[in-house]
Amino acid sequence: MTPPLLALRERQVALVGNPNVGKSTLFNALTGLRQRVANFPGVTVDVREGSSARPDGLLRVFDLPGTYSLRPNAADEAIVAKVLLGPAGDSLDVLVVVLDATNLRRNLYLLSEVVDLGRPFVVALNMADEARRAGVSVPRQRLQDALGVPVVETVASTGEGVEALRAALDGARPATRVWRFADEALELQLSGCAAANPWESLRALDGHEGLREQEVAGRYAWINEVLLGADPEALAALRSRSERVDRYLLHPLLGPLTFLLIMGGLFQAIFSGAGPLMDGIEAGFGWLGAAFEANLGEAFGPLATSLVVDGVIGGVGSVIVFLPQILILFFFIGLLEDTGYMSRAAFLVDRPLRAVGLSGRSFIPLLSSFACAIPGVMATRTISNRFERWLAILVAPLMTCSARLPVYTLLIAAFVPDRSLLPGVGLQGVVMLGLYLSGIASAVFVAFVMSRSRKQRGRLLPLVVELPPYRRPSLLATLLKLRVRGGDFLKRAGTVIFVVSVVLWVLMTFPRQAKPAGMSDAEHQALSLRESYAGRLGHTIEPVVRPLGYDWKIGVGVIASFAAREVFVGTMGVIYSVGDDADEESMDLRQAMQNERDPETGRKVFSLATVFSLLAFYVFALQCGATVAVVKREAKSWAFAIGQLLAFLALAYCAAFVVYQSMCALGFG
Amino acid sequence: MCPSLADLSYGVRARVVSLTPHPSCTISLMELGIVPGAEVCVVRCAPLGDPLEVDVAGARLALRRNVADLVQVEELSA
Ligand SMILES: Nc1nc2c(ncn2[C@@H]2O[C@H](COP(=O)(O)OP(=O)(O)OP(=O)(O)O)[C@@H](O)[C@H]2O)c(=O)[nH]1
Ligand SMILES: [Mg+2]
Repeated sequence: MTPPLLALRERQVALVGNPNVGKSTLFNALTGLRQRVANFPGVTVDVREGSSARPDGLLRVFDLPGTYSLRPNAADEAIVAKVLLGPAGDSLDVLVVVLDATNLRRNLYLLSEVVDLGRPFVVALNMADEARRAGVSVPRQRLQDALGVPVVETVASTGEGVEALRAALDGARPATRVWRFADEALELQLSGCAAANPWESLRALDGHEGLREQEVAGRYAWINEVLLGADPEALAALRSRSERVDRYLLHPLLGPLTFLLIMGGLFQAIFSGAGPLMDGIEAGFGWLGAAFEANLGEAFGPLATSLVVDGVIGGVGSVIVFLPQILILFFFIGLLEDTGYMSRAAFLVDRPLRAVGLSGRSFIPLLSSFACAIPGVMATRTISNRFERWLAILVAPLMTCSARLPVYTLLIAAFVPDRSLLPGVGLQGVVMLGLYLSGIASAVFVAFVMSRSRKQRGRLLPLVVELPPYRRPSLLATLLKLRVRGGDFLKRAGTVIFVVSVVLWVLMTFPRQAKPAGMSDAEHQALSLRESYAGRLGHTIEPVVRPLGYDWKIGVGVIASFAAREVFVGTMGVIYSVGDDADEESMDLRQAMQNERDPETGRKVFSLATVFSLLAFYVFALQCGATVAVVKREAKSWAFAIGQLLAFLALAYCAAFVVYQSMCALGFG
Repeated sequence: MCPSLADLSYGVRARVVSLTPHPSCTISLMELGIVPGAEVCVVRCAPLGDPLEVDVAGARLALRRNVADLVQVEELSA
């Protein structure tokens, strides 16, 4: 029986291991609290914490990002070093070193470093099922004898061995250093260091000519000893199934073709799949606003009702409506990560991305940015090269995110003739595709220019990516992961956009204008807007936006959309007094915009030149408060975030200027 | 002189002889298991000829050619 005092203790446990060895899966199995699990090396970018209460005490588990060494290479790997080597590590009672039993040679390297920390630890030999299936002999007993700590075989994905691991935590203890320098002189020097543990002693010797090389060689010499007699043929057998798949997916011709097909299918799924859901959500929020107005409008009075309906419900609704697209994109990204395909994609696109100073590691961040730049910018943490990470953060907002869609849809539907160029190929679709491609092209251009601006010669990228064996994805794990990502998006984007929508509502509502007798509601609304702070601002900036072909009303819309791009549509709706429930499908709004004429010249405001100038503006401009905030956090610099905002604003202005002026010259004014 | 990892024909097993010192790369490569004496094999290259897929003791690493060039190898006869 455990003594009662012990029963109350709380233990803190951290999972340490190479990328993709099953740490997060084990974390889920230990705590029952689900989080991100994926088959792309280095996906866990935050330290996650979970706990499980048992009769023998509380277990608090930390899931660390995967790393190959305690010498960090990327921002996410640095988290591990920070946790284990810093003061935070002192509160950890046990380290669980998670090893991939099918890939022990490389995995034991990190273990040998952890041993040197002199902290209590146990070892989990995960993926034991795969090792068994392939007939790889796992030297569990030999490892246990060599280290003197419990070594447990586990299959995190089925839960096998997890109880045994939990029980083994009690046997955790520090181990003595297992490896030696080949050079006796170094060995002597090391024992001469009076540091707390071998790791500190080694770091005290750092700077010594050739020391690091000798250290790594010494560790691998020990690993070879432990693995003596391990069967290389079994490892090849383990790979054979993945190898058969890779023969097609990485084939010089079929590989890129499949890649394009998969990406094409992905976007097809986003657009055709999300449409009905988005319509439903929009209708739902419309109904909610109407119901509020009908039932509580009297009680709240017109001002408070407007705040709730236009500001809060309208603002929050404008974000939530993008949730389906984002969820669909992340569902497929998650599924592809879990199978291991995303690593292959990174492998395939590394060479093209390298031409503009990026690498395969930037692929997922940039792909995510097609849904929303916020998760895209956050995903750059797995990029090891600092300059590349910086570059990826810089260009991520140029990818056509889903918030640009409502603006594109509205302008295209209203002003681009619905003609078919070829059977099945419409002009409107071609323009939309062109906008997507210009987003990509501008990102390529910016990355290219920036990468030339700095000498990168002599800088090598040690590892593009590791290609894990293909594994069957788990639908449940993917869905649970989706919940985390969807929640993240709603929290981050929702709070900012919520605040901004309310501010915007204030700017467009105050100062209040009395309604003169005999004036229609719509006319009054237009008057209110014209005299509001936002309207006055629009008039002030009119000279600036004139050369782009905009009048003050469009100016207000453009300014408002610096909070979030999609705000443009709602603002146009208010300005053209077709009611606040305007959306990009709305016939009234389209007609109002088509019929709008300049009061002085009598010419149509929305000429084709103006429309394309607006589209060009939206391709470049970083109109998203939430993105600016996230960029500031990730780049740890306001200067970077503001600089990016201003640079893209300048780019957008120039692009819109050139488009408008040249189209006017061509007679589209 | 030994050929480099980037010169190897696909599917040929080889042993790492030495690594050309490089400030940011040598240690990282060694930590990944590319140490003198280790067996390696270039499985294939990406469609545009770069990066290479390299087998290191059963783990598959995507390495760029300029990095693979730092690794001197000798072919193992079958
Ligand atoms: N066959 C088998 N698959 C496993 C096992 N444990 C995890 N997996 C799978 O391995 C893949 C990677 O697991 P993760 O838990 O994301 O690995 P991780 O160590 O957290 O990875 P990073 O966070 O990227 O470092 C997932 O597809 C899991 O389903 C296991 O014991 N056996
Ligand atoms: Mg993980």
